[in-house]
Amino acid sequence: MTMAIDILSWIMLTAGGIFVFIGGLGALRMPNLYTRMHAASLTDTIAAVLILGGIMLQAGTTLATIKLAAILLFLLLTSPTASNALASAAILSGLQPEEGPIKPREDDA
Amino acid sequence: MELLGLVYYWVFAILLMIGFYAVIAKPNLIKKLIGLSIFQAAVFLLYITMGKIDGGTAPILQDGVTLYSNPLPQVLILTAIVVGISTTALGLGIVVRINEEYGSIEEHEIQERDRQ
Amino acid sequence: MIILFGVFLLALLVITALAIVRSESLFAAVILTGIFSLLMAANFFLLDAADVALTEAAIGAGISTVLFLGALALTGEHERGIATNRLLALGVVSITTLLVIYATFDKPRLGDPDAPVQQHVGPWYLEKTAELIDIPNAVTAVLGSFRGYDTLGEVFVVFTAGIGVLFLLSARTGWRPEDIEGVHAPEQGLRHYLVPRVVGRMLIPFIFLFGLYVQFHGDYGPGGGFQAGAIVASSVILYALLEGEKRALEALPMRVLQWLVAGGALLYGAVGVAGMLLGGNFLDYSVLASDPIAGQHIGIILIELGVGITVTGVLLCVFHAFAARGKV
Repeated sequence: MTMAIDILSWIMLTAGGIFVFIGGLGALRMPNLYTRMHAASLTDTIAAVLILGGIMLQAGTTLATIKLAAILLFLLLTSPTASNALASAAILSGLQPEEGPIKPREDDA
Repeated sequence: MELLGLVYYWVFAILLMIGFYAVIAKPNLIKKLIGLSIFQAAVFLLYITMGKIDGGTAPILQDGVTLYSNPLPQVLILTAIVVGISTTALGLGIVVRINEEYGSIEEHEIQERDRQ
Repeated sequence: MIILFGVFLLALLVITALAIVRSESLFAAVILTGIFSLLMAANFFLLDAADVALTEAAIGAGISTVLFLGALALTGEHERGIATNRLLALGVVSITTLLVIYATFDKPRLGDPDAPVQQHVGPWYLEKTAELIDIPNAVTAVLGSFRGYDTLGEVFVVFTAGIGVLFLLSARTGWRPEDIEGVHAPEQGLRHYLVPRVVGRMLIPFIFLFGLYVQFHGDYGPGGGFQAGAIVASSVILYALLEGEKRALEALPMRVLQWLVAGGALLYGAVGVAGMLLGGNFLDYSVLASDPIAGQHIGIILIELGVGITVTGVLLCVFHAFAARGKV
């Protein structure tokens, strides 16, 4: 049983790490602010759930698990709010989302 | 392993000098304050690095643990962090007042306006 | 093994510091400073300094970013002009870096238990905490009881910074909510933005509760007055950002904040004087109760409360000094 929990937590932690990497890669390669934010929000939601879930499985049934669940709840509440506020600020300062086919970024060779 | 510990001290030296460069070479007053806070953070890193013991844990006494890291540098740095934010707040107040009196926060513009 | 992760964090720290110094937009530099503080807090945690990591995250990454942004709103956002002495500065900086790196070869290696700094006082404090004060967190024991006099000085430094900022910045603004009006009044705060407002208002009582938890659990885990003061102040700052400066000053007026600033330092001093009046020395907690260990507990809780109250008051006074300034 503990072997199964160990393997499951390993899988969750590795998958969370892969999603963090994908999110970071997207935040670097996407053409404008809105698409970059969308890619970066991967790290706030699915990667946070997987990584914290994996750690919770490792912690077992102690007080640490409840604290980790509280941290996960707080993260899931605040990170999308922060993305929303960032996108509102971008629209307020005049950066409109682009429509149509993707133009290559000017700083790509 | 020895090289690993030395990396911490080298990064302390590099961060110290990056912060110091911002203080002496950037004419903007707020950039100088930011550089000062980087300088302070590097000093904190040095002290906390000196307090670590191999195989120790955080100095919170619990059953079953015999080796703790040194609590004394941590107390010192806790005080230092709060003093640092106090001086930063006061410095920012002075910068705001300078901006209101001289109209700019660039060093050379302020010195020019002072000479007139 | 975990120190390798620390080395990775150190590399990120150096890259962030270089980006801060080289960026021309001050706004970007301030946000990067917040990231720098957070990376530094993670590094402190890896080096077994849990209290220091919590303080650096709460104060460095949280409050310091807000204060810098408040000052940036009143001054310009872009750096103009370049320095005239860059080569000389680079020369001085490089030579000093090489000198300091040369000096580090003499230091004891990281984690050496026989290093001079680990002898004499450190192990003595760890032993005597269990014996004389009997609380698990040795850092709070040293901060509150063994080195309580230094912490008294620190509370007075925070107090002085608070009244210094009030001296500098309160000559022109009126602190009464009626004085903050004008074109911005209908749109103050984030009232038109539904998502931040709803989520923020839902979270404010929990942040406050967490601040109280950190305050009173400083004896048993990482925590204490300084971190708790920063967390409670950030909950009130969140309210001010969401509802506007005028409503925040109606909710917690400046007079209450000034009472908090003075009251915390007074509480600390009063505990010290009470120790004298009951027969011991200044800041001697053992005489505060019939049992010396219970006296130490009472003393530490009271002074941490004083510290938390003063830090909350000062951070909020400084925030309002910056935030209410442009509005009049």
